[in-house]
Amino acid sequence: MPGSDAVVNVVVAGLGGQGVLKASGILADTAFRAGLDVKKSEIHGMSQRGGSVSSDVRFGERVFSPMVPAGEADFLVVLAASQVEVAQPVLKPGGVLIHPGLVDETRLANKRSLNVALLGVLARQLDLADNLWHAAIKAALPEKLHAANLQAFAIGKNP
Amino acid sequence: MPQPNPDRRLASGNEAVAQAALAAGVALGTGYPGTPSTEILEAFDALGGRAQWAPNEKVALEVGIGAAFAGARALVTMKHVGLNVAADPLFTAAYTGVTGGLVVVSADDPGMASSQNEQDNRRFAVAAGVPMLEPSDSQEAYDFTLLAITISERWRIPVLLRMTTRVCHSATLVQTKGQLAPAQPPTFVRDVPGRVMIPAYARPAHHRLRAKLAEIAAWNESEGPTQVVDGERAMGIITSGISFQHVREAAPHARVLKIGLSYPPPVEAMRRFAASVDRCLVVEEGDPYLYEAARTAGIAVEQKPEMYRFGELNVSRVRRIVAADVSPEPALPAGKPPELCPGCPHRNVFEALHDLHCIVAGDIGCYTLGVLPPFSAMDTCVCMGAAIGVGLGLRHTLPPEQARKVVSVIGDSTFVHSGITGLVEMVYNPPATGHVLLILDNGTTAMTGMQEHPGTGRRLNHEPTGRVVFEDLARTLGIKNVLTVDPIADSDAITRVLREALARDELSIIIARRPCLLAAGTIKLREKKSNAGQ
Ligand SMILES: Cc1ncc(C[n+]2csc(CCOP(=O)(O)OP(=O)(O)O)c2C)c(N)n1
Ligand code: SF4
Repeated sequence: MPGSDAVVNVVVAGLGGQGVLKASGILADTAFRAGLDVKKSEIHGMSQRGGSVSSDVRFGERVFSPMVPAGEADFLVVLAASQVEVAQPVLKPGGVLIHPGLVDETRLANKRSLNVALLGVLARQLDLADNLWHAAIKAALPEKLHAANLQAFAIGKNP
Repeated sequence: MPQPNPDRRLASGNEAVAQAALAAGVALGTGYPGTPSTEILEAFDALGGRAQWAPNEKVALEVGIGAAFAGARALVTMKHVGLNVAADPLFTAAYTGVTGGLVVVSADDPGMASSQNEQDNRRFAVAAGVPMLEPSDSQEAYDFTLLAITISERWRIPVLLRMTTRVCHSATLVQTKGQLAPAQPPTFVRDVPGRVMIPAYARPAHHRLRAKLAEIAAWNESEGPTQVVDGERAMGIITSGISFQHVREAAPHARVLKIGLSYPPPVEAMRRFAASVDRCLVVEEGDPYLYEAARTAGIAVEQKPEMYRFGELNVSRVRRIVAADVSPEPALPAGKPPELCPGCPHRNVFEALHDLHCIVAGDIGCYTLGVLPPFSAMDTCVCMGAAIGVGLGLRHTLPPEQARKVVSVIGDSTFVHSGITGLVEMVYNPPATGHVLLILDNGTTAMTGMQEHPGTGRRLNHEPTGRVVFEDLARTLGIKNVLTVDPIADSDAITRVLREALARDELSIIIARRPCLLAAGTIKLREKKSNAGQ
């Protein structure tokens, strides 16, 4: 965990339709609820067509650029194994890669909650309270998906 | 933990513009979809504002001008290339001026995340003579929208709000504070010399415009949204828009002049700033716009090396600019490119075009992906609507055996946007070999995220309204061969119909109608709703 005055840089990457932007939105909202300065950046456009998608989230005392500079991400959360190689260069030396292999997908009530399960894995390393995560997950998803996603988060957080 | 503040939220630049428009009492928001601007009107609608899609950007701006003539506040949104389409009304609206505030959002796309070029629309502000604000985050997107309305009403002039992809689509904190004096209730006040631009009235109007711009320039020097961030005198940086954020991070010790109203530029502020530092560098994305403004005024500033004109800037690139580093940039691995969805109705059409060895004058939309393997079935793509004109030009001049292979392919939203005039040209100047126009009607504007258009018969908020029926339109214009096929239900039909049409030396229109796979469910629901409501 970087010093508390430093900006934390997270990149979430995957393929269109996997919930990359949903995951980065939940992370950004959690940091916002913690009272931090937050910026989240993403490239829309043709993401629906199954291409690579990535989104940057930065938070701390004061954040300027909304984009994580290449080679400076503290954490890289990748939702599709095939995208690890493409996304890897954003990670700083010694940065943490969080990939789908870290979650036992068979335990997920809903396979589509992999994005939130990987946020649970990320949450182990961040100084953001669980109740803020839970509130952000609920705010981002329709009520019928709350239980499955809170379960997914818990599986990632406390395997 | 800090107290929660209900007025403080995380919002994209686009959402912030919509929130400000609502706070300012904007009576009408109109535009045409285009990444990265699309969400502004969708958010304005969701907030309860009156938002509507126009068939194209020119019409949107004209509607906005009419609303502003009536004294109402209006917001018109488009992507950068949309302003090319809307340029005609923009240039003369600068002369006529407005009564209610008129804000024109141009969302530029440096780096071409989803565009066919990366033109820098700051040039348009200069060419048309309209003031231009450049926000650098969502807070400024909010504040500058309000300021744009204030400037627009004070000087009775349209104002350009120039956003860029990273400002539109990045979420940053916004304090939704600040209100404007309420808008005057709309009423018609006749002003013939002010609004009827015959030469006799336009000549004095041009003088009025230049006088307004001189006043705005003076205001910008003394009270404009210019900001100086103190730092060491060794290094001074002049910047604007998103580049400001990158600069603050890449050169934390530099003294920075951040320009908010970049046309007319605050030249004297730039001169004082440049004199206050040892080295003065202009860091801007795209064209050397501020650099040229400074140099024209005789201010000694450095510009970024030419290689940084291409693509968007980021912290790493700004560090390199500051270090005057022109060594080749490390290439990042390419991601997986987008492709037509499995089951997309465009797929069978492009297979047919490929199998028949057609020369395809293409257009812009999801279907542009037909250019990629395995289809490799598109030969040209210039701008929206160009499929028809370019196809006709090819037909007119190619030897007949090649001309007979030319097909113009255009999406439904694109057809309404700027294909209808092309169709008129096809009727008016038919090639000797005839021509085949293929309209891919998937019932939505898929490319930009499933917006309605006049061919769907539903408004921006999905409520039913008048519908343009392509078959009727084509027949009314005198096209005899008008055929409709479902490219999924009968996958051979499209090949058969195309082959027949190509064999005739006549004009044919084939409408391949089948909803976009991703939108089909929602379209069905909306149709049900509108039928139930009728
Ligand atoms: C002047 C201009 N305005 C907007 C755009 C953005 N844009 C590109 S294609 C397109 C419409 C695509 O819709 P359609 O023709 O129905 O094809 P689909 O994506 O549904 O296949 C839009 C809005 C643009 N490129 N140029
Ligand atoms: S979004 Fe719709 S139109 Fe676009 S590729 Fe997918 S199915 Fe085809």
